[in-house]
Amino acid sequence: MLDTVLDGLSLVCLIAAAGFSVAAGVGLLRFPDVLSRLHAATKPQVFGLLLVIAAIALHERSWLTLATLLPVFVFQALTAPIAAHMVGRAAYRTGQLDEESLVIDELAPDVERSDRLG
Amino acid sequence: MTLFHSIAAGVVIVGLALTAIAALVRIVRGPTILDRMVASDVLLTTLMLAVGSHMALTGSTENIPVMVAIAATAVLATIVVARYVRRRAMTAAADSQPGSGADHA
Repeated sequence: MLDTVLDGLSLVCLIAAAGFSVAAGVGLLRFPDVLSRLHAATKPQVFGLLLVIAAIALHERSWLTLATLLPVFVFQALTAPIAAHMVGRAAYRTGQLDEESLVIDELAPDVERSDRLG
Repeated sequence: MTLFHSIAAGVVIVGLALTAIAALVRIVRGPTILDRMVASDVLLTTLMLAVGSHMALTGSTENIPVMVAIAATAVLATIVVARYVRRRAMTAAADSQPGSGADHA
């Protein structure tokens, strides 16, 4: 009984991860500029991977497997925000963003002030 | 349960394939190099999700090292390209600087 429930949970996790992945793909195609595409693209990088790792762990049900899976999530959770930050920074600093779609640009006054002081 | 297993496998295969195709379209069409980099990041993540889903669906664990290697090194390409874009913009600004600098002086 418990095995059946855990296997079912593992499959539900996989389906949810696939859903996140599809959402990222649709966002990548439909969104207008780099920053909004980045927003869509970074969701499955962390949460989709977490769901897949949970699915593997629920299917295998062994501490050894969980211990070998943990570094995957740790590496990804540490490096994905760095990559997204670098891309977002490069996009902002080179002006590759849709100024019309911005509600507020809180970085512009700070950049202007640092340029004035420097 | 076996029927649910087959349905889940089908959903995962179709979903990940759609994402990979969407990322490929964005790599081909993407107007800027950063768009292409974000899309190739998504393609790599989709590959990692596919490897993991395969392991969860078949009950094997031999591909976990592949996932560790991809997760640890995926960030390098993105950082290199982001720094390249920034440096190229700075070089272009420095090239156009003398004219405007003379105006300031």
